Amino acid sequence: MTRDLSPLFDPKGIIITGVSSHPGKFGFVTLHNLLAAGYEGEIFPVGRESGEVLGRHVYGSIDEVPDGAADMVFICTPQRFNEDLLRAAAGKGVTAAFFAAAGYREAGADGEQAERRLVALANELGVALAGPNGQGVVSTPSSMCAQIVAPYAPVGRIAIASQSGNFVSSFLNMAHHTGVGVSRAVAAGNAAVLGIVDYLEWFTDDPATSVSLIYMESVDDGRAMFERIRPLAERKPIVVVKGGSSAAGARAAASHTGALASDDKIFDGMCRQAGLIRARDVEEGFEVAATLATQPIPQGNRTVVVTSVGGWGVAAVDAMADTSLTAVPLPPDLFDAIDSMLPPRWSKSNPIDMAGGETRDTVPAILELVASHPDVDSIVFLGLGIQSNTAAMMRSGPFYPDFGLERIVGFHERQDARYAEAVAEISDRTGTPIVVATELANTQPDNPGPAAMRAAGKMCHASAGRAVRSLEMLTRRGAWLRSRGIGG
Amino acid sequence: MTITLSEAESRLVMARHGIAVSPYVVGPTTNDVMTSMAAEPEVTYPLVAKLCGRAIAHKTERGLVRLRINDEASLREACDELLHMARPDDGEVQLLVSTMVAGNRELIAGLTNNPQFGLVVMLGVGGILAEAVADVSFRLGPISSADADEMIDDLSSQALLGQFRGEPAVDRVSLSQTLLALCDVGRNEPGLVSADINPLIIVDGVPVAVDALIEIDSGPSETMGSIQ
Repeated sequence: MTRDLSPLFDPKGIIITGVSSHPGKFGFVTLHNLLAAGYEGEIFPVGRESGEVLGRHVYGSIDEVPDGAADMVFICTPQRFNEDLLRAAAGKGVTAAFFAAAGYREAGADGEQAERRLVALANELGVALAGPNGQGVVSTPSSMCAQIVAPYAPVGRIAIASQSGNFVSSFLNMAHHTGVGVSRAVAAGNAAVLGIVDYLEWFTDDPATSVSLIYMESVDDGRAMFERIRPLAERKPIVVVKGGSSAAGARAAASHTGALASDDKIFDGMCRQAGLIRARDVEEGFEVAATLATQPIPQGNRTVVVTSVGGWGVAAVDAMADTSLTAVPLPPDLFDAIDSMLPPRWSKSNPIDMAGGETRDTVPAILELVASHPDVDSIVFLGLGIQSNTAAMMRSGPFYPDFGLERIVGFHERQDARYAEAVAEISDRTGTPIVVATELANTQPDNPGPAAMRAAGKMCHASAGRAVRSLEMLTRRGAWLRSRGIGG
Repeated sequence: MTITLSEAESRLVMARHGIAVSPYVVGPTTNDVMTSMAAEPEVTYPLVAKLCGRAIAHKTERGLVRLRINDEASLREACDELLHMARPDDGEVQLLVSTMVAGNRELIAGLTNNPQFGLVVMLGVGGILAEAVADVSFRLGPISSADADEMIDDLSSQALLGQFRGEPAVDRVSLSQTLLALCDVGRNEPGLVSADINPLIIVDGVPVAVDALIEIDSGPSETMGSIQ
C-alpha cells in the first residue's frame, strides 16, 4: 500500500532542529533556503541560542511549538539528541521527518545501532522517516526548499528521488538550465525506512507529477522492486539512472546462462520488462525526463527531420541508426505541399533541409504540415537560433544600430522566438512530439530561440544526437504501452 | 545439493514442455542404439553421437561428441569408442544419437536463478563465441509473449535473425514460444537452478534444441529462491 507522504512533501508547518546564527551550520542553511524559496507554511526554528535568526524567533525547545502547528520535522542535530527530538516532535503532531543528520549506518557499528533504534522509534511513533544522512527535500507546489544545499528548482512536473544527494542537486541545476521544472525532489540518504520505490509509489499518485526520475546504485531485492514498480510504470513514466553498472556481477557457473547473467544485464532486462526507461547517465536521464514531461508520446517510429542546415540533418539521421526511429520517405501529398513553399534547392527528401530558403512564415508552416500529417509520428527540428546568432554579432559589432542593423536584428530575434513558440504550440495541439536541438542552448542560452523554448517550458537539447536519444525513449515508451494494450 | 541432469534427461524435460529438440535415440549399448534407430525413422543421417551422463558436463572438451556420422558402420564404431572413453567417476552413462540438424545460426537460451532477481530467462547469440560476444537479453520469469518478442528485438545481431546465407528469416513466433516454454520449465521443475539450451540451432527458420543441460537442487532441506 502506498504510504502517504503528503506531510513530507506538502507540510503545513516545519520544525527545524539545530538552528543557530552560524551561517555555515546546516540548521541555519535549511532555514535560509526555506525562507529564500518562499515556503508558504509555518516555520519553527529550534536551537540552543535564544533570540532571532534571519529575523525568525528561535524556540529553545520543541515543547514551545504550538500543538498541531507542524507536521514535518527537519533534523540536522547531532545523532545523540535526535531520538528525543523525534519523540518530542511527534508529541506536537509531526507525522513526517527528514533526517539530514549523519552518524548512522554510514558511520560504522555504533551508527548502525543508532539507525536501528531510530527506525524502531519512527515506526512506534507512526512517523514517516526520510533519510538519515540525506541532503533534503524540495517540493515546488509548496514552494519548499528544505535542503542543507542548493539549489531550489523551477516549477514543473518531474519528481526526483535519488540514492545520491548530489545528483538531486545535479538534476535541479539542469532544471534551472533548461527551464523544465520539477514537482518534488528527495534525497533518500541511507533509506532506513523510505526507499526509492516508496517515493515512486507516492509520485505515481501525485497529481503535480507527470514523470518520475530516479538515481539508484544498489538494489536490495530486485524481484520485489520489479513487482512493485511494474504497475507504477504502466501509469506514469519512470526514468532510471543506475550507478555502479560497470561492476562485474557475473559468477563462475556451470551453466552458460549463469556465466552470461551479469547483474547489469539482468537489471537492464528488468527495466525493459517493467517499463522503466533506463538512461545511460545523469545528463541523459534528466533530458529524457524533461522530454517526457513536456512532449506527447509518439504513436510510432516514423520520424521526419526538419532542418535549416544540412549537416545537422545528417547528424540526426546518423544518430537514428541505432534506434527504433525511421527517417520515413516523405508521403507524396506532404512532399508536394512542402515543395510549393520552398525554392527548388531544398533537399526534396527526409531530412527536409530548407537550405536557407525559408521566408517569414515558412518554418511554422512546414512544422504544422509535417506534425499534422497522419503518416508522421515525430519530428526532429534543427536550426533554431541561427538567425539570432547572426543578429548577436551584428548587435555587438561596431555598426549597430546603423545601416539598418537594428531592424534586421529585431526581425531575426523575433523569428527565432516565433519558431520556438510554434514548436511548443504545434506539438501540444497535434500530439506529435517535436524535439529541438541546437548547441546554442548551451553556448548562448540567452539566444531568443533557446530562451523562448525555456519560457515555453520545453526541453531544448544541445545536440541532434541527444534530441534523437530522448525521442527514442519516448517512442519506446509508446511501443511498450501499446504492446500491452495500455493506450499511449 | 545441485545435480546436473544428463543431456538425455534434460532433453526429455525440454521436449515435455513443447520445445523442439533434434530427433534422437538413447541407449546404454551400441546394439540398443541400433535397435532404437530402426524404430525411429525421424533420426536420420548424418548423425551426431555423444556420451552423456549426469556427471558429464563438458562433452566437447573431453572429445565425447562425434559429428557427421554418415553410415551404420561409422555409427557402430563411434558408439563403441565413446563407451570405451567412459571413466569410472562418470557413473552411469548413455549413448545419445541424434540427427545432425543443419543451420548456420546458433542461438542460446536458458534459465538461471539469480540471488537478486529470482528466476531469469535469457536469449542470446550462441555458439563457441557466445560468452565473448555476450549479445544477450534477460527478463524475469515468468514472461508474457510481449516480453518474449521484446527479448528478440533486444539482440544487437538483428541481421542474424533475418534471411541469412540462403536460409529463411528466423520465425519469431517459434522463438518466442521457445522462451515461454522455457519459463514453463522453470515453473514446473521443482528446485530448478539453471537450464541451458546451447546451441539452439535455427533450422529452416525454426529454433531446434541440439543440446540441453538442466541443474536441479535436490537437497531435502534446501529452500529455493522464488521460482514463479
